[in-house]
Amino acid sequence: MSDDRPREWKERFTTISDLEIAPRYGPEDVADLDYARDLGDPGQYPFTRGIHPTMYRGRLWTMRQFAGFGSAEDSNRRFHYLLQQGTTGLSVAFDMPTLMGYDSDHPRAAGEVGREGVAVDTVEDMKILLAGLPLDRVTTSMTINAPANVLLAMYVVAAEEAGFRRQDLGGTTQTDMLKEFIAQKEWIVPPRPSMRFIQDMLVFGTRELPRWNVLSISGYHIREAGATAVQELAFTLADGIAYVQAGIEAGLPVDAFAPRLSFFFDCHNDFFEEIAKFRAARRMWARIMRERFGAQEMRSWWLRFHTQTAGVSLTAQQPLNNIVRVTIQALAAVLGGTQSLHTNSMDETYALPTEEAVRVALRTQQIIAHESGVVNTPDPLGGAYFVEALTSRLEAEAARYIAKIDELGGMVRAVELGYPQREIAEASFRFQQAVERKEKLIVGVNAFTVPEETPIPILRIDPAVERTQIERLRQVRASRDPGAVRRALDAVARAIAEGENTMYPIVEAVRARATLGEICDVYRAAYGEYREPAII
Amino acid sequence: MAERRIRIVMAKPGLDGHDRGAKVVARALRDAGFEVIYTGLHQTPEMIVTAAIQEDADAVGLSILSGAHLTLFPRVVQLLRERGAGDVVVFGGGIIPEEDVPVLKAAGVAEVFTPGTPLETIVRWVREHVRPRGVRA
Repeated sequence: MSDDRPREWKERFTTISDLEIAPRYGPEDVADLDYARDLGDPGQYPFTRGIHPTMYRGRLWTMRQFAGFGSAEDSNRRFHYLLQQGTTGLSVAFDMPTLMGYDSDHPRAAGEVGREGVAVDTVEDMKILLAGLPLDRVTTSMTINAPANVLLAMYVVAAEEAGFRRQDLGGTTQTDMLKEFIAQKEWIVPPRPSMRFIQDMLVFGTRELPRWNVLSISGYHIREAGATAVQELAFTLADGIAYVQAGIEAGLPVDAFAPRLSFFFDCHNDFFEEIAKFRAARRMWARIMRERFGAQEMRSWWLRFHTQTAGVSLTAQQPLNNIVRVTIQALAAVLGGTQSLHTNSMDETYALPTEEAVRVALRTQQIIAHESGVVNTPDPLGGAYFVEALTSRLEAEAARYIAKIDELGGMVRAVELGYPQREIAEASFRFQQAVERKEKLIVGVNAFTVPEETPIPILRIDPAVERTQIERLRQVRASRDPGAVRRALDAVARAIAEGENTMYPIVEAVRARATLGEICDVYRAAYGEYREPAII
Repeated sequence: MAERRIRIVMAKPGLDGHDRGAKVVARALRDAGFEVIYTGLHQTPEMIVTAAIQEDADAVGLSILSGAHLTLFPRVVQLLRERGAGDVVVFGGGIIPEEDVPVLKAAGVAEVFTPGTPLETIVRWVREHVRPRGVRA
């Protein structure tokens, strides 16, 4: 025999992020690992194996399905439905005008109202959205960033007007502007003033809302924009570093706010790469918090995270196959030790999901939780040669990126320079080329296609939503005290100019029925609007 | 006489920030030899049409994932016509349900590429359907 190597069917075996995988892994690949130093038991520093000693034996992850569409009434009905179906945390999607800080009757909102989420113009909409929900018991996650301070203020005022106390409110605002500039791209003012608003929210949250997570540091959008797993990990942690730095610069002791920072990751198709990413993230963050920032509290070292399965991995072709993809991704998230999980619905490459599709997605989580047996022991893959080697590999590669960002002067500066944006555009183009060359196969897209696709039912948004929403907004404007609104908006402008905490006057402006657009206009007047340099 | 290079304005109308598709397509068209001007995000139909006219574009490629395509795509076509540039070829893509495609085509959008379309298909389509303006019969 001329070649005694076992025959393999591909030249290179790679992860979906193009990390090359060796023919096999063994004890030599984990020889450098020290169990106590690098892994630790579940619940022990550096938490590679999970943040809790019992993990899912103690408590299952929160099954949190992101929802929100049409009017506030429609979304409120969906929330009550999800609670009845056994979901344990709410998650609100807002429409594009809300995300960009425009009222529903702004010319730029035309055709967008209620399309990709719920429209919220004033606290009156928020009150409808939350009607009848036990706000002292459910936790609500709001995917809102540029105007996160306004939406948080609306949540507080709506809850208080419904008889709840602010210290009892539990939930999360995403508020992660750095990843907006990097990937998701819904912004109002430039990066530096955006960071100042976040500092004000961190201070307000620490003083007033002990159960609220002001920031959810998000890799999800970074990954969906085309980043590799390493880039997602590195840029997310680098964003986290920038926020911790900002909180410290705002005068907060690190242990006063770090325990309430949480993370949000994507879970893509590459099963072991994703599990390794989550394990590496925990280990890296624990060390960053303890060694770089000198945090003393164990909770400050914890990387707690929400996971959403990868929307970008879903295919319009043969949509039922997406149920299988979501199952694999959800399983990886659970084996990676997630604290909460959203599973995507099979029909989301067409439109927002139908109720039936949402139910299948939630049932996928319930089957993993109650039938698969994977919850029986924490970190069941810990110690596997391949998983440990890949965890260390992701950590090392992400650490190189973080060092580069530190060298550039930190993430805010890196974003201004367009560095992560360019790295992601590059990775996304390389992936697309690999798909075109069929080096990466996507079932139903560039392999195993069928000539005729069977259509599936999709959710349509009633165009009347836009008209009714605008009507309600006009009624609120007509029925409020214009002098009080003017004074409240002036107070926001003054706080911006004088360097006072902006959250307190924003809460009062919301209470006076100032609209989202009016408050964000104050920001635009003070700081100007951000314009991105177009990079391709 | 050598034909001048075809110029394409790639634009993201609407408020959504999902620019991965627009950027990948822009780059593929550029690599295929077309001249590509990418407008960046959050463009109104008015801004896109102004860019197309100022850049003397032969085609406008629109990418949208916000669900507002039925409002915004026809508006771009209509504004081009009003401003004497009705021969600029408009094509688009994004999260667009199949049943909306005929509606968009009836409104004057020449082609709609839905998720999973190979870049090669888009490049080939542009090569076959876009000609330098003024050269057409």
